Amino acid sequence: MTARMKKPSVLGTYSTSKKSKIDTKTKKKIGISAYIFFVLLPIYWLLNMSFKSNEEILGGLTFWPSNFTFDNYAVIFTDPTWYMGYVNSMIYVSMNMIITLLVALPAAYAFSRYKFTGDKHLFFWLLTNRMAPPAVFLLPFFQLYSSVGLFDTHLAVALAHCLFSVPLAVWILEGFMSGVPREIDETAYIDGYSFHKFFVKIFLPMIGSGIGVTAFFSFMFSWVELLLARTLTSVEAKPIAAIMTRTVGASGIDWGVLAAAGVLTIIPGLLVIWFVRNHVAKGFALGRV
Amino acid sequence: MNKVENNKAWWLVLPVVLLVAFSAVVPLMTVVNYSVQDIFDVNTAYFVGAEWYREILQDPRLQDSLMRQFIFSFFVLLIEIPLGIAVALMMPTKGRGASLCLILLAIPLLIPLNVVGTIWQVFGRTDIGLFGWALTSIGVDYNYASNPIDAWFTVLLMDVWHWTSLVALLCYSGLRAIPDAYYQAASIDRASGWAIFRYIQLPKLQSVLVIGVLLRFMDSFMIYTEPFVLTGGGPGNSTTFLSQTLTQMAIGQFDVGPAAAFSLIYFLIVLLVSWLFFTTISHLDKAK
Repeated sequence: MTARMKKPSVLGTYSTSKKSKIDTKTKKKIGISAYIFFVLLPIYWLLNMSFKSNEEILGGLTFWPSNFTFDNYAVIFTDPTWYMGYVNSMIYVSMNMIITLLVALPAAYAFSRYKFTGDKHLFFWLLTNRMAPPAVFLLPFFQLYSSVGLFDTHLAVALAHCLFSVPLAVWILEGFMSGVPREIDETAYIDGYSFHKFFVKIFLPMIGSGIGVTAFFSFMFSWVELLLARTLTSVEAKPIAAIMTRTVGASGIDWGVLAAAGVLTIIPGLLVIWFVRNHVAKGFALGRV
Repeated sequence: MNKVENNKAWWLVLPVVLLVAFSAVVPLMTVVNYSVQDIFDVNTAYFVGAEWYREILQDPRLQDSLMRQFIFSFFVLLIEIPLGIAVALMMPTKGRGASLCLILLAIPLLIPLNVVGTIWQVFGRTDIGLFGWALTSIGVDYNYASNPIDAWFTVLLMDVWHWTSLVALLCYSGLRAIPDAYYQAASIDRASGWAIFRYIQLPKLQSVLVIGVLLRFMDSFMIYTEPFVLTGGGPGNSTTFLSQTLTQMAIGQFDVGPAAAFSLIYFLIVLLVSWLFFTTISHLDKAK
């Protein structure tokens, strides 16, 4: 393979005539742009609303705020009951990510490397937990966490979210780990590495993108979930998404603040996706292609 | 890969087993417990056997919302899977454009579910929402709060907006794993675009599509927050899906027994459909 074979840049540009080549390329560009336009349009509208006063929002449709204002954001950043919601959400999402990785890494290693009694059943049983509707667990979770004194703590929400994040994490990590040849393990042991040292110093760096992707998925499912997070908290650990319902007051809905709060919930997600953007292609296949 | 037989590996899975036992088995046993008892207070409970199951299976509320749930999940898969594949095929393959597309597509996936509901609740309103306003100004009689068909349309459109990206990103990563040599061979054979898709891309997409269909089926079948915020299950009961019916029963009316029986049936349906889908696919694979 040398340079004389020009590498194809866009899928499906292999048709024979030059004219149709350009046509498909342009069609694709138009298609993807149209879809992204559809994705961004509702977000633009939320953003647009968050910079308007309520009078302007209810007064008529404007495509750009005529009186550009940061008042809605000021409401959120000056009131602790508002901004603590973000802090609470961040705390339990981070706790969930850490717990998930700590328990899922050794388990995934065991599944990818060893045969043991009941391994297949165990693996399948773990995955079935991803299929449990959160609504099913609402009442028992409430009772369980109340009885052990965890109700209204960040840990309760983090543990509850483990129900979905752990099975998925084991599954993703198992895929990535199976891609690392066994010989690496064996060579390390011959070289005198202890299991612990090998795992941390050699193995973990090799599946770095897998860990990043697992953290991404844990973040994603924990950050967006509301039903369990709301049920397991009342004041101390209340997530931002639940606090947003406060904008419905006696005088109607405070649309501007609602929009601003919504915009602020999108930002952490954007940051996370920015960090993993280079691993997304491999990661979304869950290490399995 | 040949794995080594070693039962000591159980020590490595033990933390996961303990954690999941605490957060899944204990609650699930509580549900089973409730589903066979009639509970008046902490000390007074009677064993009622299968009575709640019999009652709940004849409950028209459950039957109706189960029907709606299946129709909803069917449409979700019918629209999102092909659209997701199409989006993945249209995405640029490398460079800045590819990164930008990935990031923009992933945005809806990372928005809290109730904010997704809120975004569409605003977006679809005829007075202050762009979408509702646009439809009314071109003469469409649209109101998702009073017309069941409009409500369904909006809920579906919201779900397509929210989750098609997941299918697209899964497919995109599947497509990236196809070696260039396959395309070069196809180009030598003068294969048409359709033939490339049918005989090279689609087979390679199978494994990610299985994951995509399973995730989309499970999550659409458990949908709660988004339609709850958008339509509140209305107008009437037209967009009340299973999770919402269950929550109403368990929290709203505190019918713990029937709600628990309902929960288990619900869980079993998800398990059964996922298992059926999975075994069918594996059998088809073997038959090839």
